[in-house]
Amino acid sequence: MNNNYMNSYLAGFLLGLLLVATIYISGRGLGASGAMKSVTIEAVNAIAPTHAENTAYYKEYSEAHQGNPLKSWLVFEVVGVLIGAFVSGLASERLFFKLEKGPHTKSNVRIAGAIFGGILFGFGAQLGRGCTSGAALSGMAVLSTGGIITMLAIFGGAFAFAYFFRKLWL
Amino acid sequence: MGPLVPDVISTNMNLIIALIIGMLFGTILEKAGFSSSRKLVGLFYGYDFTVLRVFFTAGVTGMFGVIVLDHYGFIDINLIYINPTFVGAAIVGGLIMGLGFVIGGYCPGTSVCAASIGKIDAMYYLLGTAVGILIFAEGYPLWEDFYKANNLGYIRVFNSLGMSQSLFALLLTLIAMIAFWATSMIENKVNNVKKPAFRFTPYYLGLTAAGAFIGLSAFYFAPRKDVLLAKVEDPKYVNAYEIEAMTLDEFAYRIMDKDKKMQIFDFRPFTEYEQMSIPRSISFSINNFFEKEPNRLLNIMGRTNVFIANDELTEKKIAIIATELGYENIQILKGGIDQFKSDILEFKPDQPVAKDLNKATVRFRNKASNLIPEMIKNNKPAGKVEKKLKRVVGGC
Repeated sequence: MNNNYMNSYLAGFLLGLLLVATIYISGRGLGASGAMKSVTIEAVNAIAPTHAENTAYYKEYSEAHQGNPLKSWLVFEVVGVLIGAFVSGLASERLFFKLEKGPHTKSNVRIAGAIFGGILFGFGAQLGRGCTSGAALSGMAVLSTGGIITMLAIFGGAFAFAYFFRKLWL
Repeated sequence: MGPLVPDVISTNMNLIIALIIGMLFGTILEKAGFSSSRKLVGLFYGYDFTVLRVFFTAGVTGMFGVIVLDHYGFIDINLIYINPTFVGAAIVGGLIMGLGFVIGGYCPGTSVCAASIGKIDAMYYLLGTAVGILIFAEGYPLWEDFYKANNLGYIRVFNSLGMSQSLFALLLTLIAMIAFWATSMIENKVNNVKKPAFRFTPYYLGLTAAGAFIGLSAFYFAPRKDVLLAKVEDPKYVNAYEIEAMTLDEFAYRIMDKDKKMQIFDFRPFTEYEQMSIPRSISFSINNFFEKEPNRLLNIMGRTNVFIANDELTEKKIAIIATELGYENIQILKGGIDQFKSDILEFKPDQPVAKDLNKATVRFRNKASNLIPEMIKNNKPAGKVEKKLKRVVGGC
């Protein structure tokens, strides 16, 4: 394993402190999938405006959120994540194009897996009202029952299904 | 008092803050190793438990941080975003995400990090995420009912389990410690490493000590509110404390004058307030001092805040608490409402007290005893202090 990584407990401690600061300043936790939702909705608004006006979900979204979907807290936060991760990767010499996969997995299988996994996670994060960051981690910090149920379901589900996809990774 | 939005930090400034927080978030995730799908899924196959360590440590630290902020009155817990609980959607959504995690190798946040440092699989994953959201949006009528079913609101897990917050925090910490130990054993076994699972190096001990200090401080020190409430029960302390008191006549005059510079905070029980209230007074309680929106009323420049209760001692105790909390321009009503009633509202020139008063005062009180009861009768109580600030909208 690469020793270039930060100690896991220290990283977790710092992440926890960052989460507390976020809650103190902005009154909300960290997140990720919500930014993807904003981007997707804005893309639909731009490409098919009439469709967006006539479809229940987009209507509900624009009623709940005023202004441009891209001018949201999570979009700015995720842009920050892109920058922060890039700088960290640069400093740790991990900055190069690479398709990461299990030792016995073909490239196209990995790509298909990545897309399909993304579809499932994107869908699940909408249904579960947040992903690992927004629901599970932030929900745990504020001790939300829903956030902790989602966390147990994500990790429990992943453990339960892991056996069937072991060929992808081992 | 936190959260600092929307008054201390404006809406636009909040976006800049979001960018900075995101940069730190991205750095920590990448540096922890979350930009590698093989490292992430290692959790599910037992060869790398980094995710569990980082995630659990962060969750427990975050939990204690919020408890501590709440404990010392630095944050109004009613204003921060608590993820709402929709049981069915949370479980099914979570299971679908779990499946997506083992197949795709990332979760959304980590895929952003990985894509940022050039992981091609993460870029495809992000594309997939957008498609998944699109499918959810397009098929929304099909699952809308399920999505919105069983709304339990902003409930907290310790309430759901019927235990105290402290006990839950302790149990979660113990579970985390056991998980760290057990997974290190498994990890070493899978990777054929022969190292003890827990090593007591100064580094680990230091980190544990820092965490334990933060966590335990909330249990060792009493909350600020309890400390202050206990302090004002000491008669010596209360007697020695100077609080400016307004005379009954000045109070009566300013009511009749409809003086806008005087704000009246009524600390009697709400039922008594409902039966009889001074015009333009607000029903207030000690708890309101510890809430963000109500306490802004106390900080309006150039206003005199008059605290009223049935007796002067109660008023003084409350005023001391408020002064200790840093609120200014506080006065109490001399003699309290009881004396205001007997000496002003029910004033009779032949009352024994009237003998010692000069003629002008008697004339004034005569007038006040006619006018103010009329004003009270026509007054519609303003009710409890309004809480206009809404919970921050968060989540994904």
